[in-house]
Amino acid sequence: MKQAHIPGVLMVLAASVAMIGCGKKEEPKAAAPAPAPAAAPAPAPKPEMVVKIGHVAPLTGPIAHLGKDNENGARLAVDDANAKKLEIDGKIVKFELLGEDDQADPKTGTVVAQKLVDAKVAGVVGHLNSGTTIPASAIYNQAGLPQISPSATNPKYTQQGFNTTFRVMANDIQQGSVVGTYAVKDMGAKKVAIIDDRTAYGQGLADEVEKAAKAAGANIVAREFTTDKATDFKAILTKIKAKNPDVIFLGGMDAIGGPMLKQIKELGIKAKFTTGDGGCSPELIKLAGAASEGVICTQAGLPVDKLPNGQKFVEDFTKKYGQIQIYSPYSYDAVMVLVDAMKRANSVDPVKYLPEVGKASYDGVTGKVEFDEKGDIKNGAITVFEIKDGKLVTLKSEGGTAPAAPAAAPEAKK
Amino acid sequence: MNGPSTKHPYWRQHWLGLMLVVGVLLAVPFVAALGGQAWVRIANFAILYVFLALGLNIVVGYAGLLDLGYVAFYAVGAYCYALLASPHFGIHLPFWVILPCGAALACLFGVLLGAPTLKLRGDYLAIVTLGFGEIIRIFMNNLNAPINITNGAQGITLIDPVRIGDFSFARTSTVFGIAISGPQKYYFLLVALAALVIVVNIRLQNSRIGRAWQAIREDEVAAKACGINTRNIKLLAFAMGASFGGIAGGVFAAMQGFVSPESFSLMESITILAMVVLGGMGHIPGVILGAILLTGLPEALRYGIEPLQKAVFGRMIIDPESLRMLVFGLALVLVMRFRPAGLWPSSLRRRELAEATD
Amino acid sequence: MDTLLQQLINGLTLGAVYALVALGYTMVYGIIGLINFAHGEVVMIGTMVAFTVIVSLAGSGMPPLLILGIGLLVAVVACMVLGWGLERVAYRPLRHAPRLTPLITAIGMSIVLQNIAMIIWGRNYITFPPMIDKQIYEFAGASFTNVQVAIVVLAALVMIGLTYLVQRTRMGMAMRATAQNQHVALLMGVDIDRVIAMAFIIGSALGALAGCMVGSYYEIAHYQMGFMLGLKAFTAAVLGGIGNMAGAMAGGLLLGIIEALGAGYIGDLTGNFLGSHYQDIFAFMVLIVVLMFRPSGLFGERTGDRA
Repeated sequence: MKQAHIPGVLMVLAASVAMIGCGKKEEPKAAAPAPAPAAAPAPAPKPEMVVKIGHVAPLTGPIAHLGKDNENGARLAVDDANAKKLEIDGKIVKFELLGEDDQADPKTGTVVAQKLVDAKVAGVVGHLNSGTTIPASAIYNQAGLPQISPSATNPKYTQQGFNTTFRVMANDIQQGSVVGTYAVKDMGAKKVAIIDDRTAYGQGLADEVEKAAKAAGANIVAREFTTDKATDFKAILTKIKAKNPDVIFLGGMDAIGGPMLKQIKELGIKAKFTTGDGGCSPELIKLAGAASEGVICTQAGLPVDKLPNGQKFVEDFTKKYGQIQIYSPYSYDAVMVLVDAMKRANSVDPVKYLPEVGKASYDGVTGKVEFDEKGDIKNGAITVFEIKDGKLVTLKSEGGTAPAAPAAAPEAKK
Repeated sequence: MNGPSTKHPYWRQHWLGLMLVVGVLLAVPFVAALGGQAWVRIANFAILYVFLALGLNIVVGYAGLLDLGYVAFYAVGAYCYALLASPHFGIHLPFWVILPCGAALACLFGVLLGAPTLKLRGDYLAIVTLGFGEIIRIFMNNLNAPINITNGAQGITLIDPVRIGDFSFARTSTVFGIAISGPQKYYFLLVALAALVIVVNIRLQNSRIGRAWQAIREDEVAAKACGINTRNIKLLAFAMGASFGGIAGGVFAAMQGFVSPESFSLMESITILAMVVLGGMGHIPGVILGAILLTGLPEALRYGIEPLQKAVFGRMIIDPESLRMLVFGLALVLVMRFRPAGLWPSSLRRRELAEATD
Repeated sequence: MDTLLQQLINGLTLGAVYALVALGYTMVYGIIGLINFAHGEVVMIGTMVAFTVIVSLAGSGMPPLLILGIGLLVAVVACMVLGWGLERVAYRPLRHAPRLTPLITAIGMSIVLQNIAMIIWGRNYITFPPMIDKQIYEFAGASFTNVQVAIVVLAALVMIGLTYLVQRTRMGMAMRATAQNQHVALLMGVDIDRVIAMAFIIGSALGALAGCMVGSYYEIAHYQMGFMLGLKAFTAAVLGGIGNMAGAMAGGLLLGIIEALGAGYIGDLTGNFLGSHYQDIFAFMVLIVVLMFRPSGLFGERTGDRA
């Protein structure tokens, strides 16, 4: 990674100098005769093309930490894609990320979406919340821009009949059923208590867990609620304690999971704790400390250690931006899927490469990315983890097709 | 103020100004589009907020009732439109039926809020209205079970755009050879509605009711002693303010095509109140200015803060988005520091303030 | 029965924190009639400062309690300076401005402080280092920790001290006089500027203390934490009768208990029609009902027209 950067920077410099030299960059093939497969160090006056990719997430407000994480994932993807010096339509592509802040506010979301459309981006990765993703999707759709959300889980996002909406995140139904079934079948829970944070994400996931757990024969003894801004859960936990469940499930983010785990311990509740991908993060371990031992949680996608590029992503990301929060691997993959589609279509024109996004079959850092006809990720894998000694340890994976490990590695380096 | 047929001092004195305003208003969406359609959308939200701020101005500026839960009525209007024009219940009514419905429903909620809080004064009223706003939002967020009414936090999608016959406001169409985009159409609708609310505001200000509100604002006991039915007049203020909120909500739902409870947070109420106070409470041009500035400023900063920072420091020191809100907050503080009565207060207010500091 | 006891303990701890924050609101309100919306942010800054001090001293080998004490002290001093600065820079020039002007200033300051905190301490949730070894005690089927005991005891001590300050000292007398009538107090030789500044300083110090309590209790901090806490505390202050110190204390404790009981029993009371997602509604409903019958809060006197 580090070594790859220096020539990359030189290359960009050389190319931009060349660009200034010959004026505008827009002649399609006139400037192409330059030796295309030339070696990198030679500052050949290769035509270069800047392709803008939009990224939107809340960078201010209560969930700004997740938004910045998404943006960092996308940034890393753009850097990696640039380091590969892709050639599309005879030109070297330099990707540029336009990161915008939608403040998790639907109104701002549409303004920002329009701003990206005005700026002529080639595609959009985002938004983070379903509430901003859905109204923005109508604007991207009108402009014919592909939009890949790394984290919006609301099923309605892809059910609007748009051909431009995609998501690389498994929807709630798949994940909920795995957690719910696992809690009953593998953990032997007979009495399950469910808590959700009343966000679109938490509520959707918790409903699915409830269905799956009931179907597997468990009894839902308590269904409690909190908010995504709360820090005190003792009242609902006390109520749950009285019902004496075997397993507690939380549909919510790690920021509430951390304090909740500590309070569970303080109240002397013996039940096992499970949660979905929102809480399945190193952040949860950091926030809950020792109280996180034995937590069972799920993530969409295959475990990183099974994926050749996953490990590398984790290393690169941590080196550059620090701790991964939750969704940055998905926003990384979302950018890469766009890039990959452009490569296959040999065009950066949304009209031409949009169909290729739908046909994607990309080995990402979260597993294989393929879309169904609506734009949802196909057969998304779900992995169950347990927190042991302060680490997420893989228990099992369900669904999804593992990429052929050796074949994927060179593909990623191309 | 009087009809143009009898005597027209207002029209005569101001016809040039009025023509100018109309001309500018007509030009705005096309000029803004030169900077990108995003600016048209920003202009739309600015007018939507003008609308909301003028509605709140009736409650806060005229009647002097501090309302921190105004967004509740906005939410009621938005959900009313969403439920009656979306596949959620499979009902698709035209907008000119729903908007009045939304206004009426919001009006009802206004009275519902007003009735138990009549006895409360000043800041006690503020917290109760704040609570009311939160209660509405929490209900919207949770009424998906046992009966699914609002679809909870997931929100309602695929709301019909405003449509007149085949003329849909969601698409670009060509009128007299000029291509008009969806946001530009909404712009004209919004301007028309805003003009309506401005006229109502102006007429109210100098009417019997307007003077009664002013009397209550200045001294409720004295107003009562003068024979003003303070209960009804206060309820009327809530009801009128709420109806405007309801209409604004309906337009918002149509424009966005999606509503969810997160659009109706407490912060939104506070922002609208800030527009009213910052612009100049009780003074219509001031309130309009406040609404336009507070909607435009954060967006202008979105475009401007990066070049600005580079120009001042030569490089990026702080994330532009962190700085953007920081500058916004500072602007609020500074304006209030140097223009305590608002940017454009009415002459009456200015006089009062001058007397108070003497 | 043990569940009820447990809920009361939960509510009491939460209520003690609310009460301390509510006192900050009420002191300022009582004297100059301003809702200091930025107070929640002062609490947040207190937590963050204590966090920074504790983390930087953690490796020094000092006893943990001493580190916590130093962190608390630094936070209290920092917040006192902040509170004084807020009053001096933002509010004092507006003392004769229309009533809603300082409210907007307060909202502006709250946005400014939040974003400054975001720039300094980052967007991520921060783990507040636990300096007290948590001991869990059992009593009649309910459990509580030594941290909870410390919070309640400390809050009680501070409230007693504050009551003494206001009722028995010259400064307190000056404060009460200013609250009654600024002009007359001025004529009686009370330095009003100093009294108002003191109200902000004391309120902010209480806020810093509450912030440290929240930090050690939940072991988590975030630059947005002040908003909800401030809102709840403000509600508590109004419930008790804003401007009234005893009211703020009672209102805080009451709100904490109402929330705990609301979350715990609202489902059973309504036949599971309303669940714990209506917990906040429950608190506001109680507030509205109380204000309907006592328009100036539980302890508030019937004041004249303040608006």
